[in-house]
Amino acid sequence: MTALTPWLLDPNPKSRLQSRAGQTFLSWLRFRRNPLAMIGLGISLALILMSIFAPLLAPYDPIVQSLPDRLLPPLTPGHWMGTDDFGRDIYSRILYGSRITLYIVLLVILTAPVVGLIIGTVAGYFGGWWEVVLMRVVDAFLAVPAVLVAIVLASTQGPSFENVVIVIGLLYWPRYARQVRGEVLSIKQADYIKLARIAGCSPARIIGLHVLPNLVPSLLVLASLQVGSAIILEATLSFLGVGIPPPQPAWGVIVEDGRAMLAFAWWISLFPGIAIAFTVLAFNMLGDWLRDQLDPRLRGL
Amino acid sequence: MAPVNTAPPSDAAGQPSAALRFASQSLNTLFSLFITFIGLLAVTFFISRVIPIDPVTAILGERATGEQIAALTQKLGLNDPLWQQFGIYVWDVFHGDLGQSVRTRDPILSEIGRYFPATLELSTLGILIGVIVGIPAGVLGATKPGSWRDLIVRLVGLMGYSMPVFWLGLMGLLLFYGELGWVGGPGRLDSMYEMMLDMKVTPVTHMILIDTALAGEWDMFWNAMSHIILPAALLGYLSMAYISRMTRSFMMNELGQEYITTARVKGMPERRVVWVHAMRNVAVPLITVVALSYAYLLEGAVLTETIFAWPGLGRYITDALLVADMPAVLGGTIVVGAVYIGINMLSDFLYRLADPRAR
Repeated sequence: MTALTPWLLDPNPKSRLQSRAGQTFLSWLRFRRNPLAMIGLGISLALILMSIFAPLLAPYDPIVQSLPDRLLPPLTPGHWMGTDDFGRDIYSRILYGSRITLYIVLLVILTAPVVGLIIGTVAGYFGGWWEVVLMRVVDAFLAVPAVLVAIVLASTQGPSFENVVIVIGLLYWPRYARQVRGEVLSIKQADYIKLARIAGCSPARIIGLHVLPNLVPSLLVLASLQVGSAIILEATLSFLGVGIPPPQPAWGVIVEDGRAMLAFAWWISLFPGIAIAFTVLAFNMLGDWLRDQLDPRLRGL
Repeated sequence: MAPVNTAPPSDAAGQPSAALRFASQSLNTLFSLFITFIGLLAVTFFISRVIPIDPVTAILGERATGEQIAALTQKLGLNDPLWQQFGIYVWDVFHGDLGQSVRTRDPILSEIGRYFPATLELSTLGILIGVIVGIPAGVLGATKPGSWRDLIVRLVGLMGYSMPVFWLGLMGLLLFYGELGWVGGPGRLDSMYEMMLDMKVTPVTHMILIDTALAGEWDMFWNAMSHIILPAALLGYLSMAYISRMTRSFMMNELGQEYITTARVKGMPERRVVWVHAMRNVAVPLITVVALSYAYLLEGAVLTETIFAWPGLGRYITDALLVADMPAVLGGTIVVGAVYIGINMLSDFLYRLADPRAR
C-alpha cells in the first residue's frame, strides 16, 4: 500500500485508471476517519463472513435437540451463550440465524426498489392520469399501518419464508416510488432531457440512458437505510409467530422461544436480540455514511 | 406570532389574496385526504377478500346447515358483484359502521372506542418524553459537531433505530420489573387495584391516568403511573432517536446561515443565538417530524401492547386475529390508518401556518 500511495495521490494522473483509483483511495481515506462508518463496516463484514462459514464455526447443530443439556446458563464450557429448553446451543442457532436474516435482506433489496423504480418513473415521467392514480396508490399504501398489515397477511397465509419476503417487499416499494417520482420530476426539467427529446430520442431511450443513471445514488441510499428496518420487521414477524416458522433459528424466533422463560432463563432472549441490534446498527451506520457521501440532501430519509 | 393573515387584499393585477390561496390549498389537501382514505379502504377491502377465512363459517361455525349458510351469504351481500360490495363497504365506513365483531356481536366502532384511549394515552406520554429529551439532545449534538458529545448523541439515536421494540420491552421488564422492582409489571394496574377499578372509578375518558385523577384515587393513580412509565419510556426512546437526529441535522443547517453569524458578531450570547434565533426556524420542519413520529408511535404501540399486556388497540387487533375475527382486525386497521392520515394532514396545516414561505 505504501509503495502505491504516491501513485494514487498524484495530482496529475497519467491515465483514466490512475485517476479513478486515486479517487477511490481518497474516499477510502475519508471513510477511515469516520469512526462510526468504520465500526459499521467491520460488523457487517464479520456478519457476512459468519453467515457464509456458519457450518464451520458453529459447534452444534442449530435444530437437533439434546435434552440432557437443556437450559444451561451462559459460560458453561462448550455453550458460552447457554442452551434453550430443548438443549440447543444458542450460539450455534444465532450463527445459522444470520443466514436467514441476510438472505431475506438480499431478496427485499433486490425486489422492492425495482417495483418502486418502475412505478415511480412511469408516474414522474409520463405525468397526467398515470401520475394521479399511481401516486394515490402509493399514498394509500404508505397510510396503511405496515406492521398490522404484515401481521394480518402473514397470519392468514401461514408462517413461511416466502411470505415474509412478499410482505416486506409489498410494504417497502412505495417509499422508493415516491422518492423516484420526485427526482424524475426534477430531472425531466433539465435541458439535456429536452434536447434529447428534440433530437428524437424515444421515451424508452431517454429513461434508460438519461434518467435512470441519475436515480442510482438515491436508490442506493434508500436501500441501505432500509436494510436495518427490513431486518427488524422480519424479526418482529418471526417473534409474533407469523414470520419464519419455529424450528428454524431466525433471530426473532429465538427471542420468542425464551419469552416464556424470561424470569429464569434470560439468556435465550438476550443474545439474539443483541445480534439483531448490532447488525441493524452496523447497516445503519454504513447507510448514514453512504448518504452523506452520495447525497447530503437526503438527510430527511 | 399569531397566525393572522397580514397580507394585503388582492391587488389590481388579479393576484388572489393569501387567504384565498391558503383556503384553496387546504381544500386540495382535504381532497387528497379523502382519496387516500378511499385507497386505504380499498387495500383493507382487498385484504379481506383474498384471505382464506370464510366470513360465513366464521360466524356460523362449522356445523351450519346449507340453508343457514345461504341465508347469511345473502344477508352479508356476498353474492353481489365485487364493486358493489366495495361501494357498500365505503358507504358504511363513512357512516361510522365498521361492522360487527364476530366474537362479541358488538359494533366494532364502540368496542374500539373503549380500547383506543389506552393506546392514545400510552403514545402521547411516549411522544412527550421523546420531544422533551430528543430536541435538547439534537441541539447538543449540532452545536459541537464531531465532538464526543455529538458522537454519543448520534450513537444513542442510532441505537434507538436499531433495537427491535419487542426485545427492548422484554429486556426492560426483566431488568426494571423482574430484577430491580422499580416499576409495575404488565397491565395497567396491579391486580388488586384492577379489581377495585370498576367500583371506585367511573370511566370518563377511558385513560387510566386521567380517570383515576378525576376520581381522586391517588393511590391508584400512582400505581397506574408505575405501570405506564416503562412502555411509555420505551416508545419515548424510539421517537427520541428520530427527533434528536432530525433536530441535529436541521440545527446544523441553520447554524451555518448568515443571520447566525451576524447575531454572533453582534455579541449575542450563544445560548440565545441557538435557542431563540435558530430554534425558531428549526421548529417549523420539526412540526412534521414530531407529527410523523407520533403517528408512528400509535402504530408501533401494537407491539408494545402485546409485550406489556396493555389493553389498547394493538391488543384488540392481535386478540381478534387469534380467533379469526376479521371484521374487528380490519376495523382496527382502518382506525389506525385513518388516525395516521389525519395526523399527517394536521401537520401539513400547522406547517403552512408556521412557515409563511409554504403558503
